[in-house]
Amino acid sequence: MKRKISLTLNGKRTADEVEPRLLLIHYLRETAGLTGPHIGCETSTCGACTVMLDGKAVKSCTVFAVQTDGREVLTIEGLAANGRLDPMQEAFWNEHALQCGFCTPGMIMTAKQLLADNPNPTEAEIRKGLEGNLCRCTGYQHIVNAVKAAAAKAGA
Amino acid sequence: MATTTVKPDTLVGKKIRRREDPRLITGTATYVDDIKMPGMHHACIVRSPHAAARIKGINVKPALGRPGVVAVFTGADVKDAGSVPCVANLPGLRVPPHPMLAQDRVYFVGHPVAVVVATDRYIAADAADAVEVDYEETQAVADPEKALASGAPAVHPQWPDNTAFTFHQEGGDMNKAFAEADVIVKERIVSQRLVPNPMETRGVVADWRAAEKSLTLYSSSQAPHLLRSLLASIFGIPENRLRVVAPEVGGGFGCKIDVYAEDMLMTFVSQRINKPVKWVESRRENFTCTIHGRGHVDYYELAAKRDGTMLGLKLKIIQDLGAYMQLLTPAIPTLSVLMMPGLYRFKNISADVIGAFTNCVPTDAYRGAGRPEATHGIERMVDVLAAELKMDPAELRMKNFVRNDEFPFATATGLSYDSGNYALPLQTAMDTVGYGKLRSEQQEARKQGKLMGIGMSAYGEICAFGPTPATPTGGWESATVKIEPSGKVTIMTGASPHGQGEETTFAQIAADELGVDIDDVVVLHGDTSLVQYGIGTFGSRGTAIGGTALYYALQELKGKIKKFGATLLDSEDVSLAGGSVVHEASGKSVSFTEVAAAAYRPMKLPPNTQPGLVATHFWEPPNFTFPFGAHIVVTDVDPETGQVSIRRYVAVDDCGNIINPLLVAGQVHGGVAQGLGQALWEQAVYDDNGQLVSGEFTDYAMPRAHMMPWIESEHTVTPSPVNPLGVKGVGEAGTIGCSPAVVNSVVDALAHLGVRHLDMPLTPEKLWKVIQAGGRA
Repeated sequence: MKRKISLTLNGKRTADEVEPRLLLIHYLRETAGLTGPHIGCETSTCGACTVMLDGKAVKSCTVFAVQTDGREVLTIEGLAANGRLDPMQEAFWNEHALQCGFCTPGMIMTAKQLLADNPNPTEAEIRKGLEGNLCRCTGYQHIVNAVKAAAAKAGA
Repeated sequence: MATTTVKPDTLVGKKIRRREDPRLITGTATYVDDIKMPGMHHACIVRSPHAAARIKGINVKPALGRPGVVAVFTGADVKDAGSVPCVANLPGLRVPPHPMLAQDRVYFVGHPVAVVVATDRYIAADAADAVEVDYEETQAVADPEKALASGAPAVHPQWPDNTAFTFHQEGGDMNKAFAEADVIVKERIVSQRLVPNPMETRGVVADWRAAEKSLTLYSSSQAPHLLRSLLASIFGIPENRLRVVAPEVGGGFGCKIDVYAEDMLMTFVSQRINKPVKWVESRRENFTCTIHGRGHVDYYELAAKRDGTMLGLKLKIIQDLGAYMQLLTPAIPTLSVLMMPGLYRFKNISADVIGAFTNCVPTDAYRGAGRPEATHGIERMVDVLAAELKMDPAELRMKNFVRNDEFPFATATGLSYDSGNYALPLQTAMDTVGYGKLRSEQQEARKQGKLMGIGMSAYGEICAFGPTPATPTGGWESATVKIEPSGKVTIMTGASPHGQGEETTFAQIAADELGVDIDDVVVLHGDTSLVQYGIGTFGSRGTAIGGTALYYALQELKGKIKKFGATLLDSEDVSLAGGSVVHEASGKSVSFTEVAAAAYRPMKLPPNTQPGLVATHFWEPPNFTFPFGAHIVVTDVDPETGQVSIRRYVAVDDCGNIINPLLVAGQVHGGVAQGLGQALWEQAVYDDNGQLVSGEFTDYAMPRAHMMPWIESEHTVTPSPVNPLGVKGVGEAGTIGCSPAVVNSVVDALAHLGVRHLDMPLTPEKLWKVIQAGGRA
């Protein structure tokens, strides 16, 4: 039996009827037509599907779409405002923090959460903060650099 | 030492942020799973839960009866629809038929048995669960050495010895080398099975148009043209009616070179239902059904003089092939043989490879593909020899390196090393870490009961695959450059990058050669209907071969630009300067855009010249390239827990000239991460029943950010003489250099306990047991 949900997705009110078992990641990709959040494992271990739910980073493969009813969801597509990249996106670009790019949308959302929790993290704190997100390409070093650069810019 | 010359007005050699990134950091790139089509159906594959079983019956009715399910196909439907291809060949190779769905038996956990097609992916998944398969389990064998033992269960009943092939190669005079040796050290060294695990799993969308008898296939592939050719021959679809698109590809690391059962199966399904169909692999499927890498058990014997002069190397490789031959499966261990002498001068080698069938998913190319195994072997053996001779491992390496005046150096395995300065990276790495001081510190640490290790590797690799006679996929690469009438430049490369950044590096090369703004250059790839035939991206070949094809296409166009410029300036005495053609005597010039416009609307044609500014070049390399380098790793092992901490990681890599240092650093870091994963954490563990125990990210320990050390990356630059760019390739260097340096470091930390060798992965549990047992591995 489908259920009605209404949520704010990337700043816009949206309403849909969804199966109760529909995962948020499938709602975002299949129903809402987004391509930013990716499915890397379906078991909440890789973080490629990370989005913000009411301002907190969550892995959208382990959230049901119905759980977002009345709430706010922000994906990578909602980060850049008026064509201007978010500073974290800019930092990932400048520091070559991505190669194949598949983990990147989730990694950027997690990195934003990290700085929201701790605006001046040490390298060890950055690494700890990113441990829920897997990247197979970069060895993480440039991602660490990007988070450092974004933190420095925000603090400047 | 030669150095890359960075002219102030050029882009090659500069750190330039990537041109492919805006779509990736905004989530707007199109990967296979982002493709949607009108009428598109979804497929879910029913897979064997057993490693070895007879299929007694399949009942598809419970699935077919469900709303939204349009078809279920089983082995009987695809019996005559062709075999998953293997393009590698060896004398006497046994290639089992490999239909896209199992026939009367299954051979590994995850073996595709049936495919369910439905209007929605949830419906397809539910219906796949409803398919009833009646299996009669048989005995499996999952370990290659056990598979070769007498009395082992036969993976393929027709070949009871489980031997797919044997391969022998020798060079020099091994008997003489061993007769003259003062010392012979022997070791059994395992390079364990690994799961490549690109973050994007595989995926396929097939769209058959019956009226046109044409197929468009989107596949997460590293080699779309190869996929097109093989699918065309399997299905009898004319190649000019078969379009393969590798859209954004989320990592490959070798595992996406292959043509897989699912590429064929989706083609088959789309032809049968006359609708587009999508299949996207789950992570569990990726673990169990996409090829694995490594899977070697190696037996080494190294002969040397008492003074450390290495004389000869014997090697027996037992290669775990898995149940089938994928695209290059049997060729991979032969690359290990080619690379077995490493960077050393000795000219006597003997190698035997035995390819063993097991009830596991096939092995094939994974980052390094045969070279990490070989490098791990020789670099471990040098340390074993150093321990035996009580020599410093750096000194032993320096003594045996190919010398600078010996290039091109003909190896005992039949290769010709192009250029090198092998001592320099090792010396540089030693200077960076402060090697002498570290050795003294280690002495002190041992007195205090601390376990500190200093390990090194000096690696060489074979890159830029490669001359066609030595590369089963074909070894050349292609590029087309189109200068549009407006002066904008479009490059189409036959290489199919998927994270390596050729949209940037190739634009740098073109902008420099043509003297145009890099923003006026676009690089396209991955679509066989757009791009001339190409080979693909693997074996660190993209820049060295694809970049060289581009370079020559650009030279052709520069010649034509000069001709059109000369005609416009009405003088033969012209030269190219920046983007313009200049008549130096008068100072008159015509701009790049003026020439481009004139080439497409010529009021007067230059002599023997036709309109247009388009050039295509196919380039066949005369040789491989041979990058090299040295990594030094300083470790501390916790005596209480066996946990390894990496204090310093210094990588000095020589990949020839560098187009973009930012991207090279990224390749080194990522390569090291995968090498470190093998050294310390990762292993595809099959139990005796052939069940993949480490088949999820929760069990298979891939490196995460907090597990990685800071990598201190440096370079020496020895240009390759094989191509005009002087580049060698860097995609696999980090992986190849890493694992022996890490293991040598940990063995060094435990050496005073009597430890001489340890097999990967060096988990805390393994090391704790060794420490508890007083060093008995």
